[in-house]
Amino acid sequence: MTMTSDQDAARKAWLGLLAKSPAADVARLWAALQIDPSYSVLRAPEIGGVMLRGRAGAVGAAFNLGEMTVTRASVKLADGVVGHGYVQGRGKSHALTAALVDALMQTGAAGAVDAGLLAPLRAAMAARKADRAAKAAATKVDFFTMVRGED
Amino acid sequence: MYVAVKGGERAIDNAHAWLAEERRGDRAVLELSVAQIREQMTLAVNRVMAEGSLYDPDLAALAIKQARGDLIEAIFLIRAYRTTLPRFGASNPIETGDMLCERRVSATFKDAPGGQVLGPTFDYTHRLLDFKLAADGEAGDVPKGTPTHDPTPHIMSFLDREGLIQDERAGENTPPDLTRTPLELPADRALRLQSLARGDEGFILGLAYSTQRGYARNHAFVAELRIGAVAVEMEIPELGFAIEIGEITLTECETVNQFQGSKTAPPQFTRGYGLVFGMSERKAISMALVDRALRWKELGEDNLGAPAQDEEFVLYHSDNIQATGFLEHIKLPHYVDFQSELELIRKLRREAKENIPREAAE
Repeated sequence: MTMTSDQDAARKAWLGLLAKSPAADVARLWAALQIDPSYSVLRAPEIGGVMLRGRAGAVGAAFNLGEMTVTRASVKLADGVVGHGYVQGRGKSHALTAALVDALMQTGAAGAVDAGLLAPLRAAMAARKADRAAKAAATKVDFFTMVRGED
Repeated sequence: MYVAVKGGERAIDNAHAWLAEERRGDRAVLELSVAQIREQMTLAVNRVMAEGSLYDPDLAALAIKQARGDLIEAIFLIRAYRTTLPRFGASNPIETGDMLCERRVSATFKDAPGGQVLGPTFDYTHRLLDFKLAADGEAGDVPKGTPTHDPTPHIMSFLDREGLIQDERAGENTPPDLTRTPLELPADRALRLQSLARGDEGFILGLAYSTQRGYARNHAFVAELRIGAVAVEMEIPELGFAIEIGEITLTECETVNQFQGSKTAPPQFTRGYGLVFGMSERKAISMALVDRALRWKELGEDNLGAPAQDEEFVLYHSDNIQATGFLEHIKLPHYVDFQSELELIRKLRREAKENIPREAAE
């Protein structure tokens, strides 16, 4: 049970990373991996929409905020391992690569795929976040109280 | 009455060819790329995404280019595209408390935990034209600070802890969706928020302003305005758990408004809420004020007959695509309708002429 949820948590992490990373980065790193697994396509890349929900007052009842474009795909490796990809935007090859990476991460190739593709994506995402957080921090207001000259 | 007429195909084709040429403008000037619009006209892109009700910066930028910068036309293009997409599902409600805030200000508490973060704001600029931009003024280096990585809790949660602010009620698991079922009144708050989130910024701004000027005044303070990136999570049936499927930028505004109390409950502040795609604080604040005004019935307030309190008036007129569709259709051929009007007025005038001399003689 713990094993499964650990595996689920790891899978959730790489799927989320693949979904949020720029398609160009995923494509470049995938090409550099030079892995050419044989696979069949279970679900051809498909572009669709997902309705995004917010909460009234940030914590209350859910409401429909608007949609987002998403592309999904599923593949099956020759050894039967199935991979799914869900990525933001309209990127068919992005979704297909995400599905292949998801499948490979469940095989013996996981180490190589993680080191060559997921680790650089993680680093790039962390760098983007750190950069924006640092710029935001520089705009934080330091209040000081002026001495009033009444007395 | 509508009667099909044929003809005009050649004129239409030629008009569209000319439109394409006008869109391109002077060929001596470099053509604008979609990526340039996406990166450098970001707030226009945000508005098209918000009112087009589809988060996709590339598509919004393309729509702006195609529409020659007419944002309502661009929103129309996005709305039309949106209808062609199969719906994969709905996300889990977005947790704006986990937002990576790029801007976060409070007008109610100076020393809020997490601090006042200005972000890339137009506030405090002098609104003087910057002629450096007309030359090639490249932006300089941006100063960087040291992020604290402290959590940035919602300011409303502090008031909530003291019981000073009304609770937000839980709602249905599946909120109503006006893109699936035509808008019907009375609308619950979830439906109103959906409608306001995609409503025309100018219209919502005008209504919000009217409440400030006294038409159903609701004494709003901006408890918090936050802008930043949030992850979007969705349950994936084939996986059996939820994954993040993307990251979007949102603007959220929470207002704290004047009190409500009763014989059995002590007075509490009330709330208004605005949430919008992209960076759009004008729209988010406006939405929060109008949301609050529309809650009069639920909060036991008087109907003052103000436009911003009138759900039917607000919700049926805030959609700029519906509005522009109906408004602009009157320029299309109405030859037969008008022919009957012409005949009627000629008849009335004929009768009037026959009657006037007779009456004058009497």
